[in-house]
Amino acid sequence: MGMTMTQKILAKHAGLASVEAGQLIEAKLDLVLGNDITTPVAITEFDKAGLTQIFDKDKIAIVLDHSVPCKDIKSAQLCAQARAFAQRFDITHFYDVGQMGVEHALIPEKGLAAPGEAIIGADSHTCTYGALGAFSTGVGSTDMAAGMATGLAWFKVPSAIKVTLTGKFTPYVSGKDVILHLIGEIGVDGALYKSLEFAGDGVAQLTMDDRFTIANMAIEAGAKNGIFPVDDQTREYLKGRVDRPWEAVEPDADAVYDQEVVIDLSTLRPTVALPHLPSNTRTVDEVAGLPIQQVVIGSCTNGRLKDLQEAADILKGRKVAKGVRCIVLPATQQIMMDAMAQGLIQTFIEAGCAVSTPTCGPCLGGHMGVLSNGERAVSTTNRNFVGRMGPTDSEIILASPAVAAASAVAGCIADPAKL
Amino acid sequence: MKIYKYGDNVDTDVIIPARHLNNPDPKALASHCMEDIDEKFASTVEPGDIVVAGANFGCGSSREHAPLALKSCGVKCVIAKSFARIFYRNSINIGFPILECPEAAEAIQPGDTVTVDFKTGVISDETQGKTFQAAPFPAFVDGIIEAGGLLNSLKVRGVAK
Repeated sequence: MGMTMTQKILAKHAGLASVEAGQLIEAKLDLVLGNDITTPVAITEFDKAGLTQIFDKDKIAIVLDHSVPCKDIKSAQLCAQARAFAQRFDITHFYDVGQMGVEHALIPEKGLAAPGEAIIGADSHTCTYGALGAFSTGVGSTDMAAGMATGLAWFKVPSAIKVTLTGKFTPYVSGKDVILHLIGEIGVDGALYKSLEFAGDGVAQLTMDDRFTIANMAIEAGAKNGIFPVDDQTREYLKGRVDRPWEAVEPDADAVYDQEVVIDLSTLRPTVALPHLPSNTRTVDEVAGLPIQQVVIGSCTNGRLKDLQEAADILKGRKVAKGVRCIVLPATQQIMMDAMAQGLIQTFIEAGCAVSTPTCGPCLGGHMGVLSNGERAVSTTNRNFVGRMGPTDSEIILASPAVAAASAVAGCIADPAKL
Repeated sequence: MKIYKYGDNVDTDVIIPARHLNNPDPKALASHCMEDIDEKFASTVEPGDIVVAGANFGCGSSREHAPLALKSCGVKCVIAKSFARIFYRNSINIGFPILECPEAAEAIQPGDTVTVDFKTGVISDETQGKTFQAAPFPAFVDGIIEAGGLLNSLKVRGVAK
């Protein structure tokens, strides 16, 4: 029986000729990742179990990104614990304030993920690197501890949903609209325990940043991972970033899928997800005019250069509406510098936005943009759960950078084409 | 024992809100457990109580703090129609019992007296006089649970040092 891309990568990393859906395997890992919230819990478990060795100091990445620059004393103590562990084991890829970025923007940028690799991260959005044709999935802190100690993780081999993309985007539609539309179609558990495997001639129309956004939110459909085929754009992205050998994986012609979803990119409208589930989607046309108090543009979902370019295109020469706070968070230091070189940061500040150093802060209601009671935000982040960005009566509407920027200018949900 | 019953898609942000993740001490996590969905939970839950929920329990963030908070509250187990995959593996890895059983999750009501046999996966609702069979764990997973969690199981096998 044929294998999917995910199954092929898992088989290779488990040292098996083939695997099938449902099989339990133990796979060798190419990278084990953690952040400032999950790594301390992993370290505590690592120490509690009496472990004293890591498998490979070059294959562990620790990125302090959630509560940094530290928002309070307890966060500072967690960062100190992660920092001490990184020093103790001389972890090569340790990123502290000043070098760090939002982990899922930083790891690909630094060349730490490549096609065909198997990666776990103690952060649910680790599925982002599927954009590069890697098997990459979120786990918890104990899995991270085990991964750091052994370079191994256990998996139940997933079955897959094939998502075939066709056609081309119309203006102001991007990767965020694809993934919100898909989650709206299949639901927040539509891909539970499964892979989302992307295919079709529409893939070539997607920039790498679009693919990162799409793979990033695979978890919001319950998926174990999302994965894209490798093409010329992928190879171009990897140039100068990854110098170790890597292997692109294609699905077998007779690979078996549980389901196929076809999305014609040309029919997509700018799409938003209303509170309190990412599957609660509407087109912007259905909800335009809904008042807002805050806009967040950034995160591991939409804090990359193309996202900032799309937002700046709309904000250039315009002002953020009175009564709206617009916070822009370039996801890495490199993205910040590229955005500066292109004049985007100046555009944001002139429009009345606050521009922040990289952090996950507002996405999870940590800092740098927490909401008050009854407030509503349009956010390019990935979750609109109850209480995610503030009190339980605050609301998050998920949207693309273009819709977020247009909404910041209009003071309400707005179609970028109709400003 | 008491039953706490919730609906579908109980996410890890409501099981333990991110604003409390700066203190991963299990007791501190327990004191805020479920507060954004049920503010009385943390002050009323007692050891041996059972959480019953709908589909996709534990969706969202990978924070292991979520099963840890429930475990630290003394919750005996979670019975749900289905579990989000990261919550599922986190629970196994820390040795917190979870049972996937749509029929039981549907039938059990707050106020019922429920017993669970983890060896057989049989859930008995004594109030209603009904029994249910939860999906059994694969042997591999049983091995992790019996060793007292993932790290211990890896030490027993000699692969973690």
